[in-house]
Amino acid sequence: MKNKWLILRRTSQLGLLALFLAGPLAGVWLVKGSLASSVTLEVLPLSDPYVVLQGLLAGHAMAASALLGAGIAAAFYALAGGRLYCSWSCPVNLVTDAAAWLRRPLGLRAEVSLPRAARTWLLGATLVLAAALGAIVWEWVNPVTLLHRGLVFGLGLAWAVVLAVFLLDLLVAPRAWCGHLCPVGAFYALLGAGALLRVSARAASRCDDCLDCYRVCPEPQVITPALKGGASPLILAGACSNCGRCIDVCRQDVFRFTHRFDRRRD
Amino acid sequence: MGERRQFLQGVAGAAGCAALGALGLGLYARQTSALPAHALRPPGARAEEDFLGACLRCGLCVRACPFRTLRLAELGEGMASGTPVFEARKIPCEMCPDIPCVKACPSGALDKGLKDIDRARMGLAVIVDQESCLNYQGLRCDVCYRVCPLLGKAITLEARRNERTGRHAMFIPTVHSDKCTGCGKCERACVLEEAAIKVLPVAQAKGSIGAHYRLGWKEKEQAGKALGPEVLEFPVRRPEP
Repeated sequence: MKNKWLILRRTSQLGLLALFLAGPLAGVWLVKGSLASSVTLEVLPLSDPYVVLQGLLAGHAMAASALLGAGIAAAFYALAGGRLYCSWSCPVNLVTDAAAWLRRPLGLRAEVSLPRAARTWLLGATLVLAAALGAIVWEWVNPVTLLHRGLVFGLGLAWAVVLAVFLLDLLVAPRAWCGHLCPVGAFYALLGAGALLRVSARAASRCDDCLDCYRVCPEPQVITPALKGGASPLILAGACSNCGRCIDVCRQDVFRFTHRFDRRRD
Repeated sequence: MGERRQFLQGVAGAAGCAALGALGLGLYARQTSALPAHALRPPGARAEEDFLGACLRCGLCVRACPFRTLRLAELGEGMASGTPVFEARKIPCEMCPDIPCVKACPSGALDKGLKDIDRARMGLAVIVDQESCLNYQGLRCDVCYRVCPLLGKAITLEARRNERTGRHAMFIPTVHSDKCTGCGKCERACVLEEAAIKVLPVAQAKGSIGAHYRLGWKEKEQAGKALGPEVLEFPVRRPEP
């Protein structure tokens, strides 16, 4: 099926939102809370390990429920691909993907080139700030939780932050937020550095250099070592969000999902 | 050489972006760290500076509140967005005996050590305006006294002489900080257009006498006798003849 992974991914993103919204909108309380911390079916606690880590650095001895929830989420993303969070769970991805998609027909060219390492530095800065100010500082402005919480609990001015992210991606630099600045993504990239689920350019020999995958990939720098390098056909970079878009667009069926020890080539 | 320069420039640029962002964020967070006087935290909330390092902004306490008292602060309200608050004048805390909001908190920002809701200290009620409080005018409103969940303990009515009429009493509502939980029912119920009794954060509502200060009659009670001579004799000084 064409765009199989894109459709699955949108289903996952919207499905997650629907699960959180079913309570407040329809009174069906499958999931309570927000992306920062939630309880599913009154038993399963899940917490964002990045938020919990900031709380620990701020000097708060987290209660067991938050630690357990963060542990479960961290274990899942460490195995399934850290930035799986970005492309399968995060609501901001819908916004930034829309901006990236609009750039093409509008013929907008990159104006500013941002360093991709900025997000990792920003991640470090948020952790230092948490420790220095004794508060979970990033949550004041985090577009990810602002948008999710806004949709589930009430938007306030959160729409302005989301609009800013959209305009940044659309007009200032392509993939500016998720690809260059977001410390949440940087955290999950580090968390998933050894993830089991990975994309492999197994049939790299069939590649006809059409560049479709590079055009559509939010992190095109991760493709080259796998597609054109000699060592391994696997995309092992933590920046890869397992979105599967390269698998969708490749007419030569070069890419596929596999595990990180599968070095087979066709 | 050129490559190295380019690399260093890249690193400096990335670090610069992060430092700039962090600086702005730190200032913004500092500025909005203080809670506005009308916003109260749920029962069991740790002291504000600890709370902001502990609350995950998940909203599970809001979901647990059966009276929809609690809500999450929204961005642009001048306080830490996503943290739980309530406004006494809109919906006060009903003081559920099983304290479901505290039970729901995953991080411990709401202290699970709070087992008795009567020991909650969400704020402290204060008669902020004696000039408009009806009881201070010698009328028998008493509504704040009547609605208090700790009736006759957190707010008492102290009888005073009504100097205006010369023959009536005034019943002055008096809040006792060792009993008031800060639930806000008195502020909600105040019949005036703008409440004369308001629940404020304890730090803003409470004075402190100073550790060095001794009240003679209390010292006497403790020691069983007066610490000094009961009646002080002062030398009589008259102008020289």
